[in-house]
Amino acid sequence: MTTGRIVGASVPRKEGRDKLTGKAQYVDDMQLPGMLYGATVRSRIPRGKIKKITFGPGIAWDEFTVVSAKDIPGKNCIALIVDDQSCLADGIVNHQEEPILLLAHADRHALPKAVDSIAIEYDPLPAIFTIEESESQSQIIWGTDNTFKTYLVEKGDVDGIWERADHIVEGEYTTGAQEQLYIENNGMIAAFDPQHGVTVWGSLQCPFYIHKALMSLCNLPADKVRVVQMETGGAFGGKEEYPSIIAGHAALLAIKSGCPVKIIYDRMEDMAATTKRHPSRTRHRTAVTKDGKILGGEIEFTIDGGAYTTLSPVVVSRGAIHAGGPYYRPNVRIRARAMATNAPPHGAFRGFGAPQSLFAVERHMNRIAQTVGLTPVEIRQRNFLKPGQTTTTEQAIRENIDLEKLLDRALQLSDYHSMKKRFAGENATGPAKKGIGIAAFLHGAGFTGSGERNLGSVVEVEACADGSVRVLVSSTEFGQGTKTVLCQIVAETLRIGYEDVTIAQADTDDVPNSGPTVASRTVMVVGKLVQSAALGIKQTLTAAGVIRPAYSAQEFRAACRAYVAAHGALRSSARFEAPSDVFWDDEKYRGEAYAAFAWAVYIAAVTVDMTTYSVSVDDFLALQEVGKVLHPVLARGQIAGGVAQAIGYTLYEKVVWQNGRMQNSQMTNYIMPTSVDLPPMRVFFEEMGNIHGAFGAKGIGELPMDGPAPAILNAVEDALQVSFDSIPLLPEDIYEKLASEAVVETEFR
Amino acid sequence: MKAANSSRSKSEISFIVNGDRKTMRVHPMERLLDVLRQELGLTGAKEGCGEGECGSCSVLLDGILVNSCLIPVLQAKDSVILTIEGLAGIAELNCLQEAFLECGGAQCGICTPGMILAASYLLQHKPQATMEDIREGLSGNLCRCTGYSQIFEAVAEASRRKATA
Ligand code: FES
Ligand code: FES
Repeated sequence: MTTGRIVGASVPRKEGRDKLTGKAQYVDDMQLPGMLYGATVRSRIPRGKIKKITFGPGIAWDEFTVVSAKDIPGKNCIALIVDDQSCLADGIVNHQEEPILLLAHADRHALPKAVDSIAIEYDPLPAIFTIEESESQSQIIWGTDNTFKTYLVEKGDVDGIWERADHIVEGEYTTGAQEQLYIENNGMIAAFDPQHGVTVWGSLQCPFYIHKALMSLCNLPADKVRVVQMETGGAFGGKEEYPSIIAGHAALLAIKSGCPVKIIYDRMEDMAATTKRHPSRTRHRTAVTKDGKILGGEIEFTIDGGAYTTLSPVVVSRGAIHAGGPYYRPNVRIRARAMATNAPPHGAFRGFGAPQSLFAVERHMNRIAQTVGLTPVEIRQRNFLKPGQTTTTEQAIRENIDLEKLLDRALQLSDYHSMKKRFAGENATGPAKKGIGIAAFLHGAGFTGSGERNLGSVVEVEACADGSVRVLVSSTEFGQGTKTVLCQIVAETLRIGYEDVTIAQADTDDVPNSGPTVASRTVMVVGKLVQSAALGIKQTLTAAGVIRPAYSAQEFRAACRAYVAAHGALRSSARFEAPSDVFWDDEKYRGEAYAAFAWAVYIAAVTVDMTTYSVSVDDFLALQEVGKVLHPVLARGQIAGGVAQAIGYTLYEKVVWQNGRMQNSQMTNYIMPTSVDLPPMRVFFEEMGNIHGAFGAKGIGELPMDGPAPAILNAVEDALQVSFDSIPLLPEDIYEKLASEAVVETEFR
Repeated sequence: MKAANSSRSKSEISFIVNGDRKTMRVHPMERLLDVLRQELGLTGAKEGCGEGECGSCSVLLDGILVNSCLIPVLQAKDSVILTIEGLAGIAELNCLQEAFLECGGAQCGICTPGMILAASYLLQHKPQATMEDIREGLSGNLCRCTGYSQIFEAVAEASRRKATA
């Protein structure tokens, strides 16, 4: 592993100055001449047939552009995986907040009243809201059995292990929905003219997802659809699939009105209508020997997908593959299912199914430890995956990872053992109970299985007339540092200055499709491609004889200038090619699920206030192995930000549902952590390198979402000697459980 | 009819923003945030919630840190307003700005203008802010990206640099 001048250094964020001075242009900062404002009329019931729509009195309807399903020039669906989600409901609605009509007007203040004055009459149909209701099939709301997708992962002989087991440990674990809560709400502007087609500018993660959705919705060829990413104020997965709907809505209004149309959601609409993290339920049944070795077992992982398929098949797949955690299981059977309910579709959110199933397995490891009579440390040490062993999908661990060493270092850094001892002493007498908990976990980087091969991402690097070098990718920046890190990789590869490299705005007219910006794939997969495209530039310049082998940055600039002056342009592209030694069977769900895993051990120390039953996290240690750290400040920022979001997921953020609609869709009643709610975060990296990524980097962005929930609940268990298996864990949940256990105790006496 | 209605209720309002006097005809109950963004093109203040929770619309009104989404423009009449666009010219911002850039205080950047204004307000009143002061002082500004720790580092660093400058 090499440490270069630029890779491994914390260079200034490319778009940092613009962000710090207020110059950065987000979609709501942009105005177009003659622009109208758009609004969405949505269902107010969870399921039913639309009987009648009445446009109320007292509104100058002739001033409005009104769009319904029948105005759609192409196919009324949001093209993604399965074409089951309409862009605008046509006769039937399957969830609250489902879009039915669109309005546009030049005065945005005229819109709310108009939206409210539209009365929609329905024939309601019975709706279902939980995984259990969906499984029982009392109502079939999707397909023939309410099931979007099932997977079965099988390894070894599970049926043969039960009689060899000294202990059989069972547990059920559940997680709630979570709102991404990017601070910039969703928004899009669309413009249309017959010659150029549709252009949209917006807050988004995946320009080519929107491109594909608009082509089919508007019935336009590829060259008549253009998608431009504006500066994006946070996304976390929440701007992966939903922006295709908003782009579609803005485009339909622009086509019908002939004017550019801006749609900006307010916070309430954004929270109630757009996607959230999938609620989940995981059941474990594990066969263990008396010395704590896992023989194997069954895992059942089920998520609530909401009313339409969207990305649920992929989310449940990632959750299933991570369900075994970082442990060796010689025999395992994992059944995973994504079920339909009448909730607004749940969607992508940092971690993508893995936080849910890893929460379960890391709570379950503590339960196994208790049953066997081992400590949480020992049970993990005895079962960690080792190089040469295989994961649940029979992917051999080829990296030289040493999880015991990683755990040891985390224990030392957090002073685990002495804290644990001290807390046990203090808890006997003190008014507050303190505890410390561990979570060990892994996160696969890049698309699952054959995903990257099917995507076949393309990137380009070009030499510019002024001698600088420009990166062209559809990978987007929304805070993680995409622009910065990709420029670092090119600068390092070409041995030129970081300031000599720029990156194009993600505009589908200019950039090739380097795939969606998801799955912690940007640095590892796209970074590697960018590196080889950059090398192509150097090769061309060398072959043309305009640089010598040991060139300086200045000479490189001069060579680019000379080449472009003589030939007009110099572009080099690279396309993803799957390594030949990677095997994946989509049918059996077996093989190399991910090109690389990141590994981590997180340790949380908590205090439970026995008067208010609130839990505070006093200290948080995050130790991870993510391959080479290309930018230490950005990497630390990803971890700290992810941990904060996960602490919210665990202790604060509860989506309150009523009749399938989010009731607390405001920042005043959906509580995310503020600056006074979070512990000091101590972030450490172990660097081991990875053959796949650029300069040995792996994915990093999603990993920190996985570990905090189980680490914190394990700490609460340590503090109270009572187990909690559900998140979010709010004070009332703790109170209730303690009160009911107290009752049980008295009854037994 | 609509247009006639709204022009009738408009009144002339004047204030100084970033050192320049601005006079305009607006509805007195229009939110200061909208007037800044739509009428004056000062889009550095952002709307994250519209209800006083997130602080992304923060500006300094007569030297006080306020959420401009909660202020009817009438209330800003004859005031002196500073937005992120105006702060850029002042020396101490450069110090904060540099520290944010170096320490990773801005990720997606949407909370950043508000956060910088809140931090600069804090340092103006508590030049030697402790970590507790910083945590308290920024608690009205939500950030979903950073987990705040690098923001704290940036503010502490700026305070240190100002002390030794
Ligand atoms: S927009 Fe003003 S506080 Fe959130
Ligand atoms: S940097 Fe994204 S919200 Fe603060």
